[in-house]
Amino acid sequence: MNIEISNLQFTYPSGVQALFGVSLNINAGEQVAIVGQNGAGKTTLVKHLNGLLQPTSGSVRIADWNTKEYSVAKLAHRVGYVFQNPDEQLFSKNVGTEVAFGPKNLGYPNEQIQTLVKDALTMTELSDKTETNPYDLSPTWRKMVAIASIIAMDTPIVIFDEPTTGQDAANIARIANVIKALRERGKTLITITHDIDFCAENFERVIAMSQGKVLLDGKANDVLGQDEILATTYVDPPQLTRLGKRLRLPRTVKNEAELLQELRSRISH
Amino acid sequence: MDTYRTCHCHCGIENMAIINLQNVTYKYPLTDAPALQNINLQVNEGEFVAVIGPNGAGKSTLCYTIAGFVPHFFKGEIAGIVEVAGNESSKSNLHEWVLNVGLAFQNPFNQISGAKYTVFEEIAFGLENIGVPRDEMKSRVEDAMKLTGISDLADRSPYSLSGGQQQRVALTSILVMHPKVLVLDEPTSQMDPIGTREVFGVIRKLSESGITVVMVEHKIEWIAEFADKVVALYNGSILLEGKPQEVLTSDLLTDKGFGISRYTSVARKAKGSGMWKQTHLPVTLDEAVEGFE
Repeated sequence: MNIEISNLQFTYPSGVQALFGVSLNINAGEQVAIVGQNGAGKTTLVKHLNGLLQPTSGSVRIADWNTKEYSVAKLAHRVGYVFQNPDEQLFSKNVGTEVAFGPKNLGYPNEQIQTLVKDALTMTELSDKTETNPYDLSPTWRKMVAIASIIAMDTPIVIFDEPTTGQDAANIARIANVIKALRERGKTLITITHDIDFCAENFERVIAMSQGKVLLDGKANDVLGQDEILATTYVDPPQLTRLGKRLRLPRTVKNEAELLQELRSRISH
Repeated sequence: MDTYRTCHCHCGIENMAIINLQNVTYKYPLTDAPALQNINLQVNEGEFVAVIGPNGAGKSTLCYTIAGFVPHFFKGEIAGIVEVAGNESSKSNLHEWVLNVGLAFQNPFNQISGAKYTVFEEIAFGLENIGVPRDEMKSRVEDAMKLTGISDLADRSPYSLSGGQQQRVALTSILVMHPKVLVLDEPTSQMDPIGTREVFGVIRKLSESGITVVMVEHKIEWIAEFADKVVALYNGSILLEGKPQEVLTSDLLTDKGFGISRYTSVARKAKGSGMWKQTHLPVTLDEAVEGFE
């Protein structure tokens, strides 16, 4: 299911313009990270994908649907949105009910709901917590509940807003596993993140935004190597990209495997 | 200013610890397992201590204990001695305690009073409570806002701000009280890299001016650069304590699920295949560059 954003402009009712003509195509099955300073327009942009915001001008299409012609409820069949703060989206008395709410609301048959819930709980390592009240869980596990409740809706497109904020190393690894599992299922994933190392390790395409516009868009290695342009939107390249650059490696590296490979080939020459 | 730094130079002068925890064990009400177990921690005046650990390790509880919220606000059972600036927690009230120790909460939403319409008033709130004269209050609030770079937010509503801006307001409302000890629970978690760098710069300046800082932080690279000492908490106990370089490169951290620097991690792998030849593993970019070259 392709996403087609053309010349999107958006002005908040307060008069503040947040997007100044964004055009992007995201193909089915792509994994895209959106980076950029606070206030660059990242969240405003992705809120257009599920109809939470409507363009002031320009258009957003989710496959054959123009978001202007579909309600948020309808768009929820195609686009799932995991909020930054899980407490903005959780309300049920136990984890099982919480995760079942989405697919139930989309009107799936009971049997399918059960399969979807079970699957989402397994993926997020919550299977032993179905009876627990989400508010008795630590904030890190509440984050996993929020993720599970969106995954269970089985939408072809999933948006994550700052998934690693406030998470410890173990939970960041869990979230990376979820992203990998969704990639293998051919889902389109769009993630907003300040965590540039997480971005480098889990996404193939990176879009850098600044002041309501797309600044850079391309393969992760190509975008993350442009340290001077990234600095204008307050993004530092990933740690290992910076290390590779300081070591004057012949190409931009974004993760451990690439860095070690370059070092090995340097030694063997 | 320099007198406060003497305690880091291992010159043999015995400094009085401004924070002294002895055999502290604490259990929240309605829980079975203690959140802190047998904690012994001494922090000298002017020291900058970073606290690391996985979620659930007891980092926030340690902050609350030093700041007096444990046990005075949260209740529960506490054993052992908690001393800050010469006062003992069990013999003090929270309202006396907070004159020496300021705590910036992990989530700024939990800290902003909700009683004030503007950022300026929010920051002045604590000073109003202790009856600081109006003129002094105004200049202290203005100075604190300048220090954290939020002067332009003075007339905004605290609730109209981004997460990163709210964190700065929360930090400023603590700094304005001029505490001797500053306890910060992940003060930059919602900030972009530039915001993080600025706030670390402010905290370093405060530390250099003699304020004692205890800070929970996941951003390892920053800790390596700024902290004098690192305390690694695990399951409510201190697993490791020492110089940043030693603690942050310990094999124990990876085994126990701590976040570590990517430089440490890649150098450890390179060491396995003979491409890292130093005895010490790196924590910062400069150490990594030097070692690999």
